[in-house]
Amino acid sequence: MVVEKEHIDIRLRPILQKVSDPEIPVLSVLDMGVVRYAAIENDIAIIKITPTYSGCPAMDVITEDIEKALSDNGYKASIELVLSPAWTTDWITENGRQELEKYGIAPPLDPDADKEALLGNKKIVKCTLCGSTNTLVVSQFGSTACKALFKCEDCEEPFDYFKCLK
Amino acid sequence: MNKELYNYILSIADNCLILGQRLGELCGHGPTLETDIALTNISLDLFGQVRSYYQYAAKLVDDKTTEDDIAFLRNEREYVNALLVEQPNTDFAFIMGRQFLFDAFHLMLLSELQKSHDVTLAAIASKSIKEVSYHYRFSSDWVRRLGDGTPESKERMQAAINDLWAYTEELFYQTASEKLLIEKGIAVDLSQLKASYYQNITDVLEESTLTIPDSKWFKKGGKEGIHSEHMGYILSDMQFMQRAYPNMKW
Repeated sequence: MVVEKEHIDIRLRPILQKVSDPEIPVLSVLDMGVVRYAAIENDIAIIKITPTYSGCPAMDVITEDIEKALSDNGYKASIELVLSPAWTTDWITENGRQELEKYGIAPPLDPDADKEALLGNKKIVKCTLCGSTNTLVVSQFGSTACKALFKCEDCEEPFDYFKCLK
Repeated sequence: MNKELYNYILSIADNCLILGQRLGELCGHGPTLETDIALTNISLDLFGQVRSYYQYAAKLVDDKTTEDDIAFLRNEREYVNALLVEQPNTDFAFIMGRQFLFDAFHLMLLSELQKSHDVTLAAIASKSIKEVSYHYRFSSDWVRRLGDGTPESKERMQAAINDLWAYTEELFYQTASEKLLIEKGIAVDLSQLKASYYQNITDVLEESTLTIPDSKWFKKGGKEGIHSEHMGYILSDMQFMQRAYPNMKW
């Protein structure tokens, strides 16, 4: 249930880097920060992952994908789901944030800014298409548990915003 | 088996399951697309949380019991959710009122449960509280918007709060096994939270220009397995597949 500090074995890193979140294919599970522990013990890859949201249906797929990737590379895997410490958007790497934006999902702001943006008090979320901050929240809940829906008032396109979770 | 702990886990988890089921019923029926998505997203979070609790409870029973057995194969009297969460979906004001009264409680419960000496419960609580804060923000916003809205929305929101008020006190009812676990630092002592709960919801309702019901009459029973007539209908809907096709899997 508990993993104190992130640890990823250097031999497993390139394998895990290729496994992506099924909902956000550009984002590797490492950039997403869901892999908290990866080590090799007696030829078995011991992996501990943590869910972004409790009910995230992607977790089952991620587990299977990690298992398959490891098996393709000759490792048997033992994968455990841990809950503590709870995942936070702070664990998305800088590379991950850039990939999110390129893909059309605005990366999470800090908690205070996030709250202001989601309550519609301040226009601060940047449109992923034209870069304008003249944007408004359309829905606090979006197409998946981790996202909210925004609309740009300059280019008039809708886009997703990755909610800050802290 | 640690019967007290098992019962305690269910008393928290069953609320999430039954409210999640109620919200799930609204999938495709929300008043607008945005609220539809919101209600089902909240439902999904609650189902996610309930899985963690039931997986833990299942381990306490034996090696064979699964989370699905606990969710789908109990009889009505074995569910220990509060009466509030089983109340049927009527209009949107009622749905938001029910959500608000529960979220306000849920948030306080999880905040304390994070300090539990039971590390698994503490871990589930610290995971869930982030999601529940978001639920609370959503439901309390809607209570304000409807309460301080048009004459019709205000009337409906007030009617919902008047109806639901009688179910609030049961949230703080403590069972015998719960009391034993409080002494061990595992369960949250709900009696300590009651005053601030009523203060919090009163503040929001006043901001919403709503009248606080002065009724002192409260319903209880759910936490001891005595439910309203709605419960049987929820279970027959929810359990149909598992009862008709035992051991079916997706």
